[in-house]
Amino acid sequence: MSRKTKDELLHDHNHDGVDRRGFLKCMAWAGTGAFCVIKGGVLNSYSLSRLSEMNPADAKGELSFVQISDSHMGFNKPANPDVAATLQAAVAKINALSTPPEFLLHTGDISHLSKPEEFDTVDQILKSATAKDVFFVPGEHDVLNDDGKQYLDRYGKGAQGNGWYSFEKKGVHFIGLVNVMNLKAGGLGTLGQNQLEWLEKDVKHLKSSTPIVVFAHIPLWAVYPEWGWGTEDSAQAISYLKKFGSVTVLNGHIHQTMQKVEGNVTFHTATSTAFPQPKPGEAPSPGPMKVPAEQLRSLLGITDVNFVRGQHALGIIDANLG
Amino acid sequence: MRRSVRIANTAVIALIFFGGGAVKQSSFAARAQQKTASAAEVKIDNFSFGPAAITVPVGTTVTWTNRDDIPHTVVSTDKVFKSKVLDTDEKFSYTFDKPGEYPYFCSIHPKMTGKVVVTN
Ligand SMILES: [Cu+2]
Repeated sequence: MSRKTKDELLHDHNHDGVDRRGFLKCMAWAGTGAFCVIKGGVLNSYSLSRLSEMNPADAKGELSFVQISDSHMGFNKPANPDVAATLQAAVAKINALSTPPEFLLHTGDISHLSKPEEFDTVDQILKSATAKDVFFVPGEHDVLNDDGKQYLDRYGKGAQGNGWYSFEKKGVHFIGLVNVMNLKAGGLGTLGQNQLEWLEKDVKHLKSSTPIVVFAHIPLWAVYPEWGWGTEDSAQAISYLKKFGSVTVLNGHIHQTMQKVEGNVTFHTATSTAFPQPKPGEAPSPGPMKVPAEQLRSLLGITDVNFVRGQHALGIIDANLG
Repeated sequence: MRRSVRIANTAVIALIFFGGGAVKQSSFAARAQQKTASAAEVKIDNFSFGPAAITVPVGTTVTWTNRDDIPHTVVSTDKVFKSKVLDTDEKFSYTFDKPGEYPYFCSIHPKMTGKVVVTN
């Protein structure tokens, strides 16, 4: 399969002022490396190779954090026989960032088979990150065989229901949602009525100027329902966030980078630290993409999110591990 | 001791002599046996069950084999049967004792659905 080089965007975004009521769909595929700045709901993205052209003030803010996803510890197939090494590489990249992130978000599929030793290995590797706090949400691979009991024991202290929660950091309201439990035959990811009710209450008291960051494993927008890449009741969840000026949704699951801006909401998916998956519909199934060893690290990565206080802006940098 | 050995030898010779016929006969026997306690296979490839729908007689043991690089499960929609997570090449079997329709899916990838129809 021929792929674009890592610094080339497949779909260049409009830099000429997009109407924020309008609909902008843009995709930066895994490994392209996109730096994205959202201002007033409008997203601008830059290729990583063009970061030097940016005003440094746009890259620095009062709060920055890093999203990693889909470490799939325990996976050992040809696509990537050493997922521990690539997670370690991700941590090294995080530790080398010029603006140290305050914390990490892990958007699920921590483990491959929900085995205790897989979680242990990830915890051990993440201990070497200079950012000490890690906030998790589960992926479907983290709740196998026990309806998520082990996940809750390990990561769900103080969380509600199957592990959802919210917290504040420097005026930004973060909401971790769980959409990998109680999945119905033929369906997509599901949040469920209890979680939706909790979410509605959780944001009710917040000022509409509060920046919101929602993170969950399966995309909260219909990326490709044919492959299960979407969440049944995500529209309901997003409807509770309509009043806010800035909403960013961070997801994993699809092992590639994609972005979409819809009104006040910017959706963003992260690459995996373990193995890449094909573009929607470009393979018989969403199984692991086997790529040459020298190409693998350019398709894996981390997402560095930098919140600029006062501008309602989130800058998102995708870095690959290459 | 000696006698029994001799008998055994004779038996071997007989088998070799009528070798072709004997083999054919035993495979017929196996097939007949399969009819009373029959078995069926479903393979999981590329995030789908193949065949997606099968019809089997009562008493059939259906065995699912995951041939993907990604784990899957086999879970009855009506909570009749439920596998543990199946990693690559792992199997799950269930014996269907009652006629009826048994829709199932992968609880990890719910877009993956299948059906077993059990007839009398
Ligand atoms: Cu599956």
